[in-house]
Amino acid sequence: MAIEVRIPTILRNLTGGEKAVEGKGGTLDELFGDLDSRHPGLRDRLVDDKGLRKFVNVYLNDEDVRFLGGLEAAVSDGDNVTILPAVAGG
Amino acid sequence: MLTIARALVDQIVAHARADHPDEACGVVTGPAGADRPVRFVPMTNAERSPTFYKFDPVELLKLDREVDDLDEEIVIVYHSHTATEAYPSRTDVSYAAYAPDAHYVLVSTRDETETEFRSFRIVGGDFEGGRRVGAEVVEEEVVVVEPAG
Repeated sequence: MAIEVRIPTILRNLTGGEKAVEGKGGTLDELFGDLDSRHPGLRDRLVDDKGLRKFVNVYLNDEDVRFLGGLEAAVSDGDNVTILPAVAGG
Repeated sequence: MLTIARALVDQIVAHARADHPDEACGVVTGPAGADRPVRFVPMTNAERSPTFYKFDPVELLKLDREVDDLDEEIVIVYHSHTATEAYPSRTDVSYAAYAPDAHYVLVSTRDETETEFRSFRIVGGDFEGGRRVGAEVVEEEVVVVEPAG
């Protein structure tokens, strides 16, 4: 068992076209670090030095991780993570 | 070129008018790979602002699941400008990352009676720092299909 992470269209160039990839870790931060080791550049698209980037939505089992502690949110095997760029503009 | 039924144009414009002076936003989905707008899905502007829009994150996730389950694609991403022309702003381009291949429809409700309705492609660029960088705006023709008879 691992954690399944759904990748948005615009980042699939980093996953060889894969719609979903698997990773491991005890927190979202560790999970992104693990994914970045196989898909270099992925973490930087999602995270900056202040935490999750403002216009990237990350969901853990369908809940917005901003309400679950952001990068510190606990994750475990069998969880589902979905990444979706915000749809926004002016 | 965007080919779209009159009824969908009317629904998008009605949503923009209803939410004026705040910006309205939403999508039109269609069968995957067909580039054909069919299903009108208005979204909540979580910002409720006259100068900014952002799809409610929970609605966005629900939409994304539906599109996947129904074997659809996002054909159109639309939003309104309520005081300026129907042309994508720099901000619009920098957040055009969810459905990069969609038609971006802009509606302007700045005039009380005339509604501008224009469509664009946002082409190329990369997704860096949480933003779309280096993409280009290309306007396209809009062909409105009138109901038969």
